[in-house]
Amino acid sequence: MPGYAEILVSAFIVLGGLFGLVGSFGLIKLRDTMQRLHGPTKATTLGIGSVLIASMTFFYLIKGHVSFHELLITLFLFLTAPITANFIAKAYITRHIREQDLPATSSDYGWSVYDDPPGKETEEG
Amino acid sequence: MITLALLFAFVCFGLGLLFCLWRITIGPDNADRILALDTMVINVIALLVLYGVWKGTAIYFEASMLVAMVGFVSSVAYCRFILRGDIIE
Repeated sequence: MPGYAEILVSAFIVLGGLFGLVGSFGLIKLRDTMQRLHGPTKATTLGIGSVLIASMTFFYLIKGHVSFHELLITLFLFLTAPITANFIAKAYITRHIREQDLPATSSDYGWSVYDDPPGKETEEG
Repeated sequence: MITLALLFAFVCFGLGLLFCLWRITIGPDNADRILALDTMVINVIALLVLYGVWKGTAIYFEASMLVAMVGFVSSVAYCRFILRGDIIE
């Protein structure tokens, strides 16, 4: 078993653990809900990406077979993390920010939390 | 060496789970609690993948895939309930 493979896998695992810890620590450290959105959605996603890279490297270099499950999990997580963050931000906006306090959007339609989506009237009428 | 790194990462993600629990307990807003639950799901996925590396088997990938899907659906359902007062309209 080559030594550099172990070093590579260990480095990725330690990096992932550090990023996951930083992301979860940001959850209790930051002051505001909108600030707290940053920690878990960015740092923890990066951490789990690093852990999945470590797992792929481990199974390829040490166990000797290629596994594609990690790619599936990575794809799914990286697709869904922004969607969840967007939903949480919208849930916060509905509860705490009134419509007249929001800055104007640059399009014909207002914020999606308060305005109907474009084209809804034409569908119904 | 991998064992030591795995132990370190287990401690990191376990501490992360504790931080999330703390945020769920004191969280001043519902959005904070949903965010902490979502982070808990991500930490659990990382723990499952690391446990698979620890045991040297590929069995745990299906489990982590399932946890990822269910976690996403539950976060979105909770947010939708706050946004619209209903989950499926």
